[in-house]
Amino acid sequence: MEKKILLSARGLSKDFPVSGKRRLHALSRVDLDIYEGETLALVGESGCGKSTLGRTLIRLIPATEGSISFEGQDISSMSEKEFRPLRGKMQIIFQDPYASLNPRMTVRDIIAEPLETYHVCADARETTQRVRELMKAAGLSEEYLYRYPHQFSGGQRQRIGIARAIALKPKLIICDEPVSALDVSVQNQILNLLKDLQKEFGLTYLFISHDLSVVRFLSDRTCVMFLGKLCEVGNTAELYEKPLHPYTRFLLGAIPGIDPRARGEKRPLLKGELPSPIHPPSGCRFHTRCPYATERCRTEEPLLRDVGGRQVACHRCEEI
Amino acid sequence: MRDDQEEILTMQMDSPEDVLAEADTLKDQLKRMARQNKLAVISAVVILLFVLGAIFAPVLTPYEFDQQDVINRLAPPSAEHLLGTDELGRDVLTRLLYGSRISLLVGVVPTVISMLAGAVLGICAGYIGGKTDTVIMRLADIMLAFPSMLLAMVIMYTLGDGLINIFLALALVSWASVARIVRSETLKLKESVFVEAAKSMGVSRLKIMCRHIFPNCLPSLIVLFTLNIPSAILSESSLSFLGIGIKYPQASWGLMVNLGRQFLYTKPWLSLAPSIAIMLVVLAFNFLGDGLRDVLDPHLKDQ
Repeated sequence: MEKKILLSARGLSKDFPVSGKRRLHALSRVDLDIYEGETLALVGESGCGKSTLGRTLIRLIPATEGSISFEGQDISSMSEKEFRPLRGKMQIIFQDPYASLNPRMTVRDIIAEPLETYHVCADARETTQRVRELMKAAGLSEEYLYRYPHQFSGGQRQRIGIARAIALKPKLIICDEPVSALDVSVQNQILNLLKDLQKEFGLTYLFISHDLSVVRFLSDRTCVMFLGKLCEVGNTAELYEKPLHPYTRFLLGAIPGIDPRARGEKRPLLKGELPSPIHPPSGCRFHTRCPYATERCRTEEPLLRDVGGRQVACHRCEEI
Repeated sequence: MRDDQEEILTMQMDSPEDVLAEADTLKDQLKRMARQNKLAVISAVVILLFVLGAIFAPVLTPYEFDQQDVINRLAPPSAEHLLGTDELGRDVLTRLLYGSRISLLVGVVPTVISMLAGAVLGICAGYIGGKTDTVIMRLADIMLAFPSMLLAMVIMYTLGDGLINIFLALALVSWASVARIVRSETLKLKESVFVEAAKSMGVSRLKIMCRHIFPNCLPSLIVLFTLNIPSAILSESSLSFLGIGIKYPQASWGLMVNLGRQFLYTKPWLSLAPSIAIMLVVLAFNFLGDGLRDVLDPHLKDQ
């Protein structure tokens, strides 16, 4: 069965101006498809542009170049007014549950805000009723309706953020590291909640994370990002089983093992620093740190190509 | 799946995580201040006493504020006239009480006006940015470039005497500093994640400014309010002392100090009583403002 594409980005770039006339290239010509109902994980090290990609896809920050289409409509060329009705179909859950809720609003007002903005309910009573339902769906007790965010723990706050994100019945939710600020014990509760909600409401997730074990647990497909470019996209199980791109290998190799006997074994570790996104390296962006780099990697930029049902951006992935 | 959620729910209730985190509402912060800062509490009481005195002035004293008793003029403090009489035989305590009406009004009204104007302009400048920001902030810079007392005097000379004009003059000289502080606060809040969240839900700019930015500027505004009141009271006193504020037969503390000036060596109570009143009120507001700032200002809290 052919899977339906929910959102697709072509040639998406995002520059940020930095001091002087220089520009920081957060995203460079990213092509990405998100299928309906799937969980697509986006992994990569800090500063590689994961969050920027997530925010650019839902037009929270404008793209410098490229096009984005959602359910077949080109949303990148729409005016803000045309885009408004679609805005509610893509929501975002933030990393920091402490900063993402206005400290001076009650839980009721926080969750009601999207409902009121889109006039979903006829009156205030109906809105409150809907807020109660959403709180229940997110695993929050209704007694908390008129409490303030500071009266909650991190996990509960994240549930408030989730209830707010699903309020408008979105199709796509960008989860921007939703559990990385939480205790490990609470992480599982939130991940289970996200899974349940996905089933119940038919949600599609773009799950941004640097926690590779969380990604393995949750996602159907994974894309690996390095310095504003995708290097490998594929089925999560296959990708973890046999990573093709050298960067993916290092990334997966960096997960600490649980076998104490293997502790002494040398893991392949990356040398050097992350290159600057202000002056990205020519050719393959990974070549400065890649042990397999050749002259071709230094000059010619590898594009994403199909390799055994997966997309890999590496000239030499078959040989190595 | 329902069971699953029930489980999560009960787990949550039982976990120690559920214990309410540090409660820090405005009310709690004020309570904390009351416990820790005795000076602020005393100041609040002093302010309250002056407010009550101003409201109940007619009940508290048997005299009218312009009732003259020329035979008894310049009388020293006695049982009949607790603070003596002035050169027209008017009771000084009575005039002090009635004068506190004007001084407190002049402290509060222009401050409220300048806070409102400063908050609105500061939030617009900070949130909208661009040309709006440039225009508003350059205007504020111009206002701040003048010595405020001089500016207030010029405005009073142009508009003429009277209470309303004093309000206007004092509001005009103090909105700029409020706008500056609110703008910097807004710039910080603009980058906060909850404002980004509001944007992601399609909340309009006006609503973000009203519901997200303004309420989070309130603690700073409260502190500014208590710190700006004494400077307004002092400005009015100075203006009245110089003869361009409140006019006879109205009573104002600055005016009374001015009157007593010529008898400073022989009848010191005439100037001393209003001076001490000014000092008490100004100090009380300053101490209360300091106390409020200690608990409300996030910058100081971190230290």
